[in-house]
Amino acid sequence: MASITLIVNGKKQTVEVAAETPLLWVLRDTLGLTGTKYGCGAAHCGSCTVHVNGEATRSCVTPIEYCEGKTVTTIEGLSADLSHPLQKAWIQEDVPQCGYCQSGQIMSAAALLIQNPHPTDKIIDDAMRSILCRCGTYPRIRRAIHLAAGQKGGK
Amino acid sequence: MSTQPSLSRRDFIKISSVAGAGLLLSFYLPSKDELALAATGEAFAPNAWLKIDNDGIVTITVARSEMGQGVLTSMPMIVAEELEADWKKVRVEQANAHPTKYGSMSTGGSFSVRGSWQNLRTAGATARELLISAAAQTWGVDRSTCRAENGKVVHSSGKELPYGQLASTAATVHAPTGVRLKDPKDFKILGKRLPKLDTPSKVNGAAKFGMDIRVPGMLFSSIERSPVFGGKVKSFDASKAKATPGVRDVVQVDSGIAVIANSTWAAFQGRKELSVQWDEGQYANQSSEAIWQSLEEMAKSRGSVDDYEGDAESALAGAAKQVEAVYYAPLVAHVTMEPMNCVADVRSDRCEIWVPTQSPQQIQNEAARILGLPVDKVRVNVTLLGGGFGRRLQTDYGSDAVRVSKAIGAPVQVIWTREDDMQHDWYRPCTYNVLKGGLDKDGWPVAWMHRIAGPGSRGLVVAGSTPPYAIPNFRVDSHIKETGVPIGAWRSVGPSQNGFVVESFIDELAHAAKKDPFEFRRHLLSKSPRLRRALEVAAEKAGWGKPLPAGVGRGIAAVESFGSAVAEVVEASVAKDGSVKIHRIVAAVDCGPIVNPDTLEAQVEGGIVYSLSSVLKDEITIAKGRTVQSNFDDYRILTIDEMPKVETHIIPSTESVGGIGEPGLPPVAPALCNAIFAASGIRVRRLPIKPADLKKS
Ligand code: FES
Ligand code: FES
Repeated sequence: MASITLIVNGKKQTVEVAAETPLLWVLRDTLGLTGTKYGCGAAHCGSCTVHVNGEATRSCVTPIEYCEGKTVTTIEGLSADLSHPLQKAWIQEDVPQCGYCQSGQIMSAAALLIQNPHPTDKIIDDAMRSILCRCGTYPRIRRAIHLAAGQKGGK
Repeated sequence: MSTQPSLSRRDFIKISSVAGAGLLLSFYLPSKDELALAATGEAFAPNAWLKIDNDGIVTITVARSEMGQGVLTSMPMIVAEELEADWKKVRVEQANAHPTKYGSMSTGGSFSVRGSWQNLRTAGATARELLISAAAQTWGVDRSTCRAENGKVVHSSGKELPYGQLASTAATVHAPTGVRLKDPKDFKILGKRLPKLDTPSKVNGAAKFGMDIRVPGMLFSSIERSPVFGGKVKSFDASKAKATPGVRDVVQVDSGIAVIANSTWAAFQGRKELSVQWDEGQYANQSSEAIWQSLEEMAKSRGSVDDYEGDAESALAGAAKQVEAVYYAPLVAHVTMEPMNCVADVRSDRCEIWVPTQSPQQIQNEAARILGLPVDKVRVNVTLLGGGFGRRLQTDYGSDAVRVSKAIGAPVQVIWTREDDMQHDWYRPCTYNVLKGGLDKDGWPVAWMHRIAGPGSRGLVVAGSTPPYAIPNFRVDSHIKETGVPIGAWRSVGPSQNGFVVESFIDELAHAAKKDPFEFRRHLLSKSPRLRRALEVAAEKAGWGKPLPAGVGRGIAAVESFGSAVAEVVEASVAKDGSVKIHRIVAAVDCGPIVNPDTLEAQVEGGIVYSLSSVLKDEITIAKGRTVQSNFDDYRILTIDEMPKVETHIIPSTESVGGIGEPGLPPVAPALCNAIFAASGIRVRRLPIKPADLKKS
C-alpha cells in the first residue's frame, strides 16, 4: 500500500492504494468519480482518457504512483455547469448515442483544443483516431470539435 | 387513487389521479414477442405512464432500454405531439422491471417505436381530450370552443389555462370515447430535429451506466471463466489469489471462479493469481477450420426447406445460363463499448439488481429461478446501456452477479473485462452459403437456390434470406450445426449476413446477364414498390450512371428489414496494396412516419459504421475451443479517420412505422462489395474483406 496525494478536479486527495493501481480504478472505485470509463484496460480504446497536468492520458494504464503531486482533470471537472465550449458543442450537435465513450472523446478533444485551438479535419483525425466509438458518432464528434473551435473545417 | 373505466376497445389505458395532484394515464405498449398476446386481449398490464403534475410538468415513464437509439426521447415525442405539450416541460423516466406491473419490457428488433406508435399517440390524445374537458368544465363552456396548444387549453375568447392547473380536474372528468389522432400534416414535434433528452448527462459524467452503480457496502468481482466453450472447473487453488491485497474472498459459481475484492483492480489482480484446472469438455479441439469444414460438408445435401416458390431445381436445369457461387459470412462479436456487468444485492427473502440490459424481465425470471424466490421478490433496475446491439438480450452477466452476491451475502458488482466480453460473447453465426441462379435467354432470373449452413438457431441463420425479387422459382434451405460456440442476435440479426449474400449474388446475376445492377434490381422489384422506391431514391441521389474518377466503382444494394426499406450506394476504390477506400455512402430510407430525423440519421450512420467494422476489420476465429481475439488490438473497429461520408435521404412515406436501429445496416456490406467489383473486377464472397485478396499482382 502506498499513500498518494494528487489534485483531482481542483481538490487535494490522498489515497491509500497499491502503488501500481491504475488511476482509472482509483478515480472510479476509490474516489467515486464514475464519469471516466473502462473500455479495454489496455490503452486501445481511449474511454478512460483524463488530463494529467493538462495532457490527455489513458488512466487505465497510468499507475497511481505516477500521479503523485500531479493535477488530474476528469469529465466531472471539465465544467460544473455544462459551460465548457466542447460540452456546449456536444449538446448542440447531439453527439452521444449510448454515451459510454463520450467522456473519453470530450477529454481528448479538450486536450487537442488546448494545443491547437483551430484544428483541421486531418488534425482532428490524428488526435482522435484512437478514441473508439462503437455507436459511430464520429461525424458528429468532428462537427462538434469544429463548432467548439469556432471555425469551419475542411479536408 | 380513483380509477375510471378504460376508454378504448383494446382496453389499454387507465386514467387516475395522482394523490390529488395531477393526472396519470397508465397504458400498454406491445413488444415484438407479445403482439399476438395483445391481440387476444390478455389482462391489462401497463408498461408506460403519462403523468401531468400541478406544475404542468409532463413525465413519461417507459419500460424500454436506452442504448443510444434515442428511445427515451422518441417515445416522449410521440406522446407530446398528440398531447400538444410544451416540449420544454416534458421529462422522461425509465421504468424498473416488474413481472406483472409492466407487461413486456424487452428492447430488440427495432421494435420500440414501431410497436408503440399507435398506443403512444392514443395515450397522448386521450390526455389532451381530458384536459380540454377539464377546461370546458372549469369555464362552463362547450368543449368544442376549446383547443389545446403548447401546454395550455385555449378558449375561443382568448382566455387560457395551463395544463398544470387542469391536471387534477382532468383526472375526474368523463373520459371521451374514440379520441381523434392528429393529421400528420399538423405535427409540430414529430419530424423535428430535437436533441435527445439525456444528452446533457452524457457530456459531464453524470449518466449512470451499469458500471457506474454504487450501492452501500458493495464489493467488486471478476470471474475466471472456462477458456473453452462449455468447459467446467475441475479443481482450483485460490490461496495466492486470496493473499492478493484487496481481495476479500474467492468462490466457485456456475460460470467459473469469482474473485471478490474491495476494488475492481484488486479483483482483476486476484484473478491473475488463480490456478484453475478445467475439464475442457467436448469442444476442447473446436476450431474455425473444423467448423467451416463441417458446414461445407453439410451443405452438400439438401437441408430443411425454409421458403420456396415454384420448382427451383427444374427451372435451374432448364435455364439458358447458370451461375453458382459460395459465400462465407464470419463469426462477429458485439463488443459494446461498456463490457458486460451487473450489480446484485441478494438477501434471504429478496433480491435487487441494477443492470444495463435489453431484457429486464428475463434477468428477473432467471434471478428468481436461481434464488428460489417468487418473481415479485426480485427487483430489477435498468441502468443506461453502454451499447446493446443484441448482446444485452442475454442474461449471463446478470446471473453472474446474482450467484456471487448469494455466495458472499453482500451486494456485489460483477465486471467482465474486455477480454471476457469478447471471448464469451454470443456471436453472429458464421454461415456457409451455396447460391445457384438461372437466367432465361433474355437474362432475367428464372431460378434462385440458396442453401445455408450455420450454427445457432434457424431464425438467426435464415432470417432475411428470401430474395425480395420477382423470381418465379426459388428455394432456401438450411442446416443448423451445433458447434459449442455461443450464437446470438447481432445488430440487424439474420439480414446482416443474408443481406450480404443475397444482394451480392443478385449483383452477380445482373453482371452475368450483362445488365445494369440498378436497372436489373429495379425491374425485379415491380411487386415491392416500397423497396423499389428506396432503390430509386438511392440511385438518383448518388448519381447512378454518372461518370466517376478512374478506379472508383459504384455498388448498390437494397434490403427491407424490421419494417423499413433501405437502399444504399457505395463509391469505393481499391489501392494497389489491396486496401479499400470508401469515398461516399448514400442511403435512402423509408421507415414510415419520422419521429426524429436527427436520431434517424444517427442510427443509419451508426448502423453503417457497425457493419463496416465487421466487413473491413476482423472476424472472430476459434482455436482449441477458444475465441482467439481478445481486445481491440486484434478485433479492431472503425476509427474516426476511416469514417466515410454518409448521406442519408429520408423518403417521405405514409407506410406503417418501421424500425431504425437496425435496417440501415444490412445493405452496406453488399453495396461495398458490389462497388469493389465495379472498381476492380474482384468479387468478394468472403467477409471480412482482406486486402491480400484484392491486391493487384
Ligand atoms: S480503458 Fe483505457 S484505453 Fe481503453
Ligand atoms: S456513443 Fe456509444 S460507444 Fe460512443
